[in-house]
Amino acid sequence: MGCVESMNYEIVLRDATFKESRDFIKKNYTEFRDVLPGFKVFDVHVIGLPPIAIGLEGDFVIFPYTKPCHGTFLLRVEDKDEAARLRALKK
Amino acid sequence: MELYQSAGNGLSVTGESTTQPATALLVLGCPQVPVQTSIALYLINRLKKAGIVPTVAGNKAANTLLVVADPDRHYLGEVMDLDRAVVMITEKKRDFDRCFVFIHNDAGVTYAGTMSAISKAKIFTIIYGEHYEELVKQMDFPCTPIAAKAVHNPLPLKKALDEVAPWAA
Repeated sequence: MGCVESMNYEIVLRDATFKESRDFIKKNYTEFRDVLPGFKVFDVHVIGLPPIAIGLEGDFVIFPYTKPCHGTFLLRVEDKDEAARLRALKK
Repeated sequence: MELYQSAGNGLSVTGESTTQPATALLVLGCPQVPVQTSIALYLINRLKKAGIVPTVAGNKAANTLLVVADPDRHYLGEVMDLDRAVVMITEKKRDFDRCFVFIHNDAGVTYAGTMSAISKAKIFTIIYGEHYEELVKQMDFPCTPIAAKAVHNPLPLKKALDEVAPWAA
């Protein structure tokens, strides 16, 4: 998995269950894409129960990041190119 | 010409096995519940006795607990970072015949669901801790749950494991 620490991220949700993070994205972001576990967002292979929702908001990408001891975080990272790449995926 | 015949049945002409041994990945969770390290070592021992090659994947703390407990590697074989294991399996660079995911929290469920989706391994979920019954209900992907209310005492979980005997499955 790529190094999340090297990203300039904002934590949208912390210590959540994976389901809570998925529900949060679908409730709060009108634009999202469903992907399978292992799908690469930035340099991160996302972990989760399929389908994994990735939120899009302008140039921001919102995605779940799970740590064994800390549960699931939702991270919000600004990247125009990555947002465009994800937007181009079929819904 | 008997001298040049294939030995067949997975044996070389010298009588040694030519088939690859079965493999297993143990996906460790957060080590905050004590039984994990004990059951992981027990499972590794049973797998090795059955001729299955075990690999452990966990975070730094979970892996270090095992490595320190087994300095001469009587039980442990390969130990790797959990994120690295996910990358290798996702990128089809490596896979295993069996995968055991240790679960005592939601993150464990998340990792198990991920392994079920990315790996061709037969998935066994080892579920323990105070809230194990709630976690068992979340196993809505193909897997064999092995569960017990075990926090400090590993024996209930050992018993559940012995009943399933996943090393013989």
